[in-house]
Amino acid sequence: MTTRMLGEKVQRVEDDRLLRGQGRYVDDLAQGALEVAVLRSPHAHARIVEIDVDPVLDVDGVVAVWTYDDLTGPMAEPLPLLIPHPALTHGRTQHALAKDEVNHVGEAIAFVVAEDRYVAEDAVSRIRVTYEPLPAVVGVEAARSAEHLVHEDVPGNVAARLEQATGDADAAIAAAPHRLSLDLEVERSASTPLEGRGTVARWDPDAGRLTVWSSTQTSTGVRAAVATKLGLDLGQVDVITPDVGGGFGVKIVHPWPEEVLVPMAAMALGRPVKFTEDRREHFVSSAHERGQLQHVDVGFDDEGRLLGMSVQLWHDHGAYIPYGLIVPIITSTQALGPYKPEAYKVVFESLYTNTVIVTPYRGAGRPQGVFLMERTMDAIAAYLGRDRAEVRAANFIQPDEFPYDQRMTFQDGRPLVYDSGDYPQLLDKLKALVGWDDFESVRQEARREGRRVGIGLACYVEGTGVGPYEGAHINVETTGKVKVAIGLTSQGQGHRTAFAQIVADELGVPFEDVEVTSGDTRRMGYAVGTFASRAAVMSGSAVALAARQVKAKALRIAADALEAAEEDLEIVDGHVQVRGAPASRLALGTVAVLSNPLRYAFDEASKLATQFTVGNPDKPPVEEDDEPGLEGRDFYSPERSTFAAGMHAVVVETDPDTAEVKILRYAVVHDCGTLVNPMIVEGQIHGGVAQGVGGALYERMAYDESGQLLNASFMDFLMPYVTEVPERIEVDHLETPSPLNPLGIKGAGEAGVIPSAALFASAIEDAEGIPIRRMPISPSELYDLRRKAAENAGSVENAGSVESARSEPVETKESR
Amino acid sequence: MPTVSFRVDGVDHTLDVDVRTTVLDLLRERLGNTAPKKGCDHGQCGSCTVLLDGRRHLTCLALAVSYDGAEVVTAAGLGEGHADGLHPVADAFLRNDAFQCGYCTPGQVCSAVGMLDELREGHPSHVTEDLDAEVDPDDDELRERMSGNLCRCGAYVGILAAVRECVASGGEA
Repeated sequence: MTTRMLGEKVQRVEDDRLLRGQGRYVDDLAQGALEVAVLRSPHAHARIVEIDVDPVLDVDGVVAVWTYDDLTGPMAEPLPLLIPHPALTHGRTQHALAKDEVNHVGEAIAFVVAEDRYVAEDAVSRIRVTYEPLPAVVGVEAARSAEHLVHEDVPGNVAARLEQATGDADAAIAAAPHRLSLDLEVERSASTPLEGRGTVARWDPDAGRLTVWSSTQTSTGVRAAVATKLGLDLGQVDVITPDVGGGFGVKIVHPWPEEVLVPMAAMALGRPVKFTEDRREHFVSSAHERGQLQHVDVGFDDEGRLLGMSVQLWHDHGAYIPYGLIVPIITSTQALGPYKPEAYKVVFESLYTNTVIVTPYRGAGRPQGVFLMERTMDAIAAYLGRDRAEVRAANFIQPDEFPYDQRMTFQDGRPLVYDSGDYPQLLDKLKALVGWDDFESVRQEARREGRRVGIGLACYVEGTGVGPYEGAHINVETTGKVKVAIGLTSQGQGHRTAFAQIVADELGVPFEDVEVTSGDTRRMGYAVGTFASRAAVMSGSAVALAARQVKAKALRIAADALEAAEEDLEIVDGHVQVRGAPASRLALGTVAVLSNPLRYAFDEASKLATQFTVGNPDKPPVEEDDEPGLEGRDFYSPERSTFAAGMHAVVVETDPDTAEVKILRYAVVHDCGTLVNPMIVEGQIHGGVAQGVGGALYERMAYDESGQLLNASFMDFLMPYVTEVPERIEVDHLETPSPLNPLGIKGAGEAGVIPSAALFASAIEDAEGIPIRRMPISPSELYDLRRKAAENAGSVENAGSVESARSEPVETKESR
Repeated sequence: MPTVSFRVDGVDHTLDVDVRTTVLDLLRERLGNTAPKKGCDHGQCGSCTVLLDGRRHLTCLALAVSYDGAEVVTAAGLGEGHADGLHPVADAFLRNDAFQCGYCTPGQVCSAVGMLDELREGHPSHVTEDLDAEVDPDDDELRERMSGNLCRCGAYVGILAAVRECVASGGEA
């Protein structure tokens, strides 16, 4: 029997090559290509008075330079607003090179192409730009006050205002026995993959074809954008995504200015051109996320059940809004998590600031939504003096309530309907895994040793696998090798392994015979991209459907050849055989030969398929409604998203003197439906947790009031190293399959990072007895909170003492 | 332009370089050895780590003219002489799922190989408590010693497990 691959911890086929340094990332390609350096704005907000590029042309090795005035046709138009929305009344996007005005430090102004990067950078430093600085709008408060405007024609700096409601939240809150209000804040962070953005383009004038290699999360998107901008037919442009050194959201944005400027330059110059973003450029000219101010009003009963909840969000989307309202819509809707408030209202304003654009970073607005909901849950528990897990459980959607309609519109424009899940069981598993009910004894023991510990938990639901569709093409070669092409791209998720596992199972072939190609528009021209935890759900389903087509065709052909009934046949280990009679079997490669009637024999195998060997002389060699080849091609397009869920718990120790936060235990329970490869899923969870630790305790974008990013390096933007991440992450799985797709898969890629800000706030609050309302939190900020709490309590001396921590549930003084 | 000589993964090269050329750019742009990666170009991420004259080294901060005559081993050359051409440390990374996108991996592996040598030679680290005693390679030691290499995919649990396994197996690993 062929071993079942689905659900197995299969080692990744990608690994060996990457380990030996044989990975091929964009900057590893096209050695000897012309290289690019970009002049970027040093001002957050300024009018461009004059640009003098003349001194550049004297530099030896400089080939060409472009500014906005050199752009023509569609290239001179603003870059596309990728995701329009009726509420996005004031959408503004940047030009490939700044036109008249710059709106953030790092905005591209001039594009220099030279023999190598050293020369290109020398040349950039010679460009003279005269600026007329304008007041910079930095931070949500400055944007809201609208004392200055980012774009003259956008009143109030407001790009969009969107309200969604179910029930009458205000009335429900007013009538509720208990009420609380919270003001919350989440600061900016960013994806910061270790490989920045990069694009290589080669124009073949003989064939009239453009080939673009880009470090992107969507090769089909880049292809469409490049063709549109350069006035080429789609059929003239191929986009290939080679190995990608991490994406985490930032590389779904397209086209970046350089992504269209590089192909433009390659066509104009007739030579391959390469752009490789450097680290500082990545900080100031790609994208950030997370920054929001939030206000919550909530009314609840004695058990902590949410009777009414009203949320206001102010979302900082930076200087432009190419990715539309996706992030604040996700915050608004996914804040609901596993809960069912009787009435819910959310309104957000998406605001311009003179800072780097904001587009989805792993989690894409969910971390902020989970933060506001879970902070609310903890505040309710503290107010009522109830257990935090108990308050959450009182609000859970129950297993028999699925499909559960949250009566909201999700990020894909479709109803927010949860397909399946079991939240009470997840919570039980988490409590057992982390020892929730026994924690008081742990706390007491630590206290006796003079140590201060706390435990936190956070729950989330993640809408994964958004549409519109993904496809797969599978071709069985006459060697028996199975070639699979999917359209979406890979950035380290092990797609070549996971999808080969699915094909091996569906088709009954050895895993080793399956080879998966991703993100190459020459192989699959219709695709959307890798984001929103959608690859396994979307492409995994498409791969399964396409494999089923191949199997059906193989059985039909083999039935004829073996003179057996189709229903008596099975495919085992790459051979079609009569069930239970493996003696008479036909290799799938032979079936592939038979599927393609030939005039010419080019090897021994193909002699089997030539015209004097096979076929009924009374019928056409390829019958009506049939095609030559043993192939399958299918698409999966779901009605709506499938909803994964998870719950995390963390035990922290806070240093009584330095206020440093140490992670003692980290536990995850996770439900992403059917597991394709548990090793890959756990890797994704580990990675998400590592980024979450960064986002909760270390990472932020430190802008000064003039819009300069003060920490635009890995020295100053504190990403976790191995020293900051727990050495062990305890993981338990629950599998409630999705009814929406053939394998029951739900997405898993983003999950690990989603609850972190809420989780650490919960644990630190528990350890310290001080309300935490703003994340991330540094030791100095925690120290400061302690000092203020002690001042408020009228006793500075007790600020650092263990005894003062967590004596009573915290009164947040927010009840009316 | 000055002339420099390097032995890279067992092959000798002599070439003229711009004095500003880093060892990383020399390897990648001039010799076509793209195993070491450029993650920050400022010595903060470790992706460009190779073994330079036997020690782990950040090649983005090393000017080629300062290392004339050096012997460089990159992740592509580490496996030379090992079974399947795979260095035991690389093999441990493979078995412990110690990476995802693979961009930092050649640097991580070189760093781990260099680190294990330093351990064997008794070098103390920032967290070594007793400088006179033999170093106890516990998790804190290993994490501290691998803290020059960023992995944004966050495969640190696997990286630590791989390195721990190499220490436990004692030998060459």
